[in-house]
Amino acid sequence: METMDKNITVNDTLEEVRLRIWKILETVPDPEVPVLSVVDLGIIRDVFPFVPPLVGWGILVTPTYTGCPAIDVMKTGIRMALLQEGFTNITITDTLSPAWTTEWMSEAGKQKLKAYGIAPPQYRQSVCTPDAFQKEEAIPCPLCNSYHTRLVSQFGSTACKALYQCNDCKEPFDYFKCH
Amino acid sequence: MKNYLVDYTLHLADNALILGHRNSEWCGHGPVLEQDMAISNIALDCIGQARNFYQYAAQLSGNGATEDSLAYLRDAVDFKNSLLVELPNGDWGQTVLRQFFFSGYQYFLYGALQKSTDPQLAAIAEKALKEVTYHLRWSSEWVIRLGDGTAESKERMLHALEILWPYTEELFQPAGYELAAFSEGYGVNLAGIRTDWDEKIRSVFHEATLTLPNETGMQFGGKEGKHTEYLDKLLDEMQGLQRMYPGAEW
Repeated sequence: METMDKNITVNDTLEEVRLRIWKILETVPDPEVPVLSVVDLGIIRDVFPFVPPLVGWGILVTPTYTGCPAIDVMKTGIRMALLQEGFTNITITDTLSPAWTTEWMSEAGKQKLKAYGIAPPQYRQSVCTPDAFQKEEAIPCPLCNSYHTRLVSQFGSTACKALYQCNDCKEPFDYFKCH
Repeated sequence: MKNYLVDYTLHLADNALILGHRNSEWCGHGPVLEQDMAISNIALDCIGQARNFYQYAAQLSGNGATEDSLAYLRDAVDFKNSLLVELPNGDWGQTVLRQFFFSGYQYFLYGALQKSTDPQLAAIAEKALKEVTYHLRWSSEWVIRLGDGTAESKERMLHALEILWPYTEELFQPAGYELAAFSEGYGVNLAGIRTDWDEKIRSVFHEATLTLPNETGMQFGGKEGKHTEYLDKLLDEMQGLQRMYPGAEW
């Protein structure tokens, strides 16, 4: 254990260190939806210690969308946050399969999204095929909670969102679409 | 032995990049704000898919290649994209019809590529398929909306169809590396997805009250590096900065 980073004492078990890393990751925001952490978003797939003689920890990350420009910012954020807490030997690895899904978003994340004014993804994706003019089940307005809303566009200000408008309070809002 | 896996991966990358670039030309020029954002989002997805394929091709080919050198420093003759994706955008109807033809193709292609014996190609396909599903739904809706819309929108769709249809056959006419890819187990059998594509086109066209033209004067060659003059102009613009200031970053 003496080759470990300086903030880890010999008494820490691997499990304790792993939990500490997860805690730190919970402070790293998604730059496009800053109320969500990378953990809320569900893009952290694994946190694992390297087997000696290799030292340090690996973080397995999966992108939300292939073209999402935020992923590089999030990786830098992860590295910086861990460095700040003394973790110098960090290797961030990408994985594509299984492909990211909104089902991996944390419950806390969904609540934070709603409070932020973005409708969180439905629990179950009801539209999974390419057939035309399908709609998700009613998406509640994050402002007035009305289900009387309409889809404006499947594509919004970032790859992960769709545009909706509330027919009751008239609020235009983003919906973090199922994926 | 020739490494067809690199060529096959580059072909997948080039198709996604060139269509992504074409779509990105709409950014700031879309007919309405929401659709400007939609086509720009689709462009971003296409370029993201291209990056994944280029990164893999660079890793496979070694010799110092990077995703950027593959995208920015190859000449038109080295590009393996289908002619369909390099054609100019035309009007909105032509752009959405091209997207519909191509997203339909990608949808079945990636669906089959998920079962590739090459784990990285399979993983990229699995990821990209979720995005393409949205593209295909969106473009189908536009084909129906415009085909079965006003007299003018219908006329424009028929005009777009006349321009684009001769470039659809090439999607399913396998190049040498596609035949090799299929026989070596990591590529898709284009004849196998052809029926699904035909069926998809027919059902959406039926709803759009559009009829398919006869298959005459089909154009081929892009996948083997024989391109239209349009690709040269596109690359001029897309690669200009990297060619003039190699390694420039911002």
